[in-house]
Amino acid sequence: MDILKKAGHYALIALKEYGIAIAFLLTCGIMTILTPVFISPRNIFNIIRQVSMLGIIAVGSTFVILSAEIDLSVGSVVALSGVIAAGLQVNNGMGTFLATLIPLLISLTLGLGMGFVITKTNVHSFIVTLGMLSIARGLALIYTGGYPISGLNSSFNAIGGGMVGPVPIPVIIYTGVIIIAYFFLSQTTFGKYIYAIGGNKEAVRLAAIPVDLYKTIVFGISGLTSGIAGVILAARVNSGQPTAGMGWELDVIASVIIGGTSLFGGRGGVIGTVIGSLFLGVLRNGLNLLNVSPFYQQVFIGLLIVIAVIIDKFRK
Amino acid sequence: MNRKKSLWVLLVVILTIVSVIGSFSTAFARNKKITIGFSVPSLYFTWFVFTKDVAIDEGNRLGVKVIVYDGLNKVSKQTSDVEDMIVKQVDGVLISPINVKALVPALNELDRAGIPCATFDRKVVGAPYLVHVGADNVEGGRMAAIYVAAKLDGKGKIIELQGTPGSSPAIDRGSGFHQVVKDFPKMQIVFSQTGQFDRENGLRVMEDAITSHPQFDAVWAHNDDMMMGALQAIQSRYNLDKLVLVSFDAIPDALKAIAQGKIDATIEQHPGLQVREAMRYLVNYIRSRKKPPKHEIYVTPTLITKENLTKAEKYNEIRW
Repeated sequence: MDILKKAGHYALIALKEYGIAIAFLLTCGIMTILTPVFISPRNIFNIIRQVSMLGIIAVGSTFVILSAEIDLSVGSVVALSGVIAAGLQVNNGMGTFLATLIPLLISLTLGLGMGFVITKTNVHSFIVTLGMLSIARGLALIYTGGYPISGLNSSFNAIGGGMVGPVPIPVIIYTGVIIIAYFFLSQTTFGKYIYAIGGNKEAVRLAAIPVDLYKTIVFGISGLTSGIAGVILAARVNSGQPTAGMGWELDVIASVIIGGTSLFGGRGGVIGTVIGSLFLGVLRNGLNLLNVSPFYQQVFIGLLIVIAVIIDKFRK
Repeated sequence: MNRKKSLWVLLVVILTIVSVIGSFSTAFARNKKITIGFSVPSLYFTWFVFTKDVAIDEGNRLGVKVIVYDGLNKVSKQTSDVEDMIVKQVDGVLISPINVKALVPALNELDRAGIPCATFDRKVVGAPYLVHVGADNVEGGRMAAIYVAAKLDGKGKIIELQGTPGSSPAIDRGSGFHQVVKDFPKMQIVFSQTGQFDRENGLRVMEDAITSHPQFDAVWAHNDDMMMGALQAIQSRYNLDKLVLVSFDAIPDALKAIAQGKIDATIEQHPGLQVREAMRYLVNYIRSRKKPPKHEIYVTPTLITKENLTKAEKYNEIRW
């Protein structure tokens, strides 16, 4: 009896601490039983590759949300970065290196610019990034005239479709981004300040931490990760699509929230976000494999978001 | 007291200036050439961007001015666009309404203002219009299915990539295709999911389809963009010669893929022709009050394969 009680006690603690991870593994287990092909190595790489673009942005957005801000512009920056990468190759005949570097620099600059405006004018990031959502989308449409740009360099396409051994290149990039972000958040003063900025603004100001500078950098990171995702997406579909990434901001925020990062800042982390992104990916992939109607899929995903946040509430 | 007075004076001055400018511009507008308001559901869709370019071109040809409105896929935006056109006193409206019902009040207002209205591609039900020129999406879906059936000798497994759930082209193209498939007991659709009419989702869903149904004979996509995405997923793993790939819209990328032997066929619904015809009937009516021969005109879709590639409207836009 006693042992059972103890086991129950520990199970409860585990559920509280690692609730979303356990739910994730359970879902994977159920999918495997329902459709064994789910667990095949190829499908697993499939899922991670499908997730990688949203996942990379979600990692960047984790920094933003940790510092109690929000970035709604990510999807539009994805489109802008992708069409510029494509346009530089097709219209300007540039090689893969420059056609990758320039959109990344532009995305980084857009992010830093938003951060600058937000910190200098004190206008809420919700508003400024909402503005950028519209501006960047408009620029992408202007740049392309509304038509997709296709016929990209094959070396560029490898960024989205290539493999190193059995591992797709987007998965490698995603892993790299996760490791770097994890290192910065957990091992550097920069990371500690980000948590502090989101957790207690006043204390941070009194401690004379340059909040504005850090916040600007955070938006730069978010811009850069969106840019990376845009390049991968363009390479994956072999074209720059001005309409790419529409509505991604919501999926990205969902990933971060499902992963346990608080919308009010100061609490959470990259690993949770990765689980959040994978959870969404597994659900979409699994429901597709099971041929579940797309109408129902949206309901499932909505339920997941709400349940994840409820689980997270218990943790506090 | 003084302040209040000066405010009143200011108000009167502003009102006078506004009304003078207003009467001048309306007087000026009357002498201007015919103006057509052109409104589409969303310029986020390449398909409608193309119709916009054609509308401007046809406008130039007919010597009329075309003002473009983007509905941003929101009924409220398109409704207020129509209201703007009434205020601007355009001479005619060429519109593809987002929804068959939702635009009825706005189009009724247009009618009361005495402005003639033509619709293309998508129709309106419940409001008066001069003429509707459209393509038969159901017939296009049927054509695609007949082609697949002929290629597969009436038996095989088909993967279907649906358009945005609930949208009228997805419903019509899908139902036309399904009607025909039902008549072939040995043909079955083994997987049917939405790729949201875009490349990324087309690719993602195709990867999932291959994982759960590695054995299949044909892919039918509700538009070319999804097929272009799906192609990325299948071309390295399958022998494309043995698969039948059919999609819809005849965009330049798909035409190129047909020329290269990657895709087998696409359905051309002649958006350019639709817009040009509707525009001509509309301008003709404004100039000479001549009504079009029929109230509803349907352009028959064309199945485009390697053999008749030059029949595609966008053949000249292929980047080789």
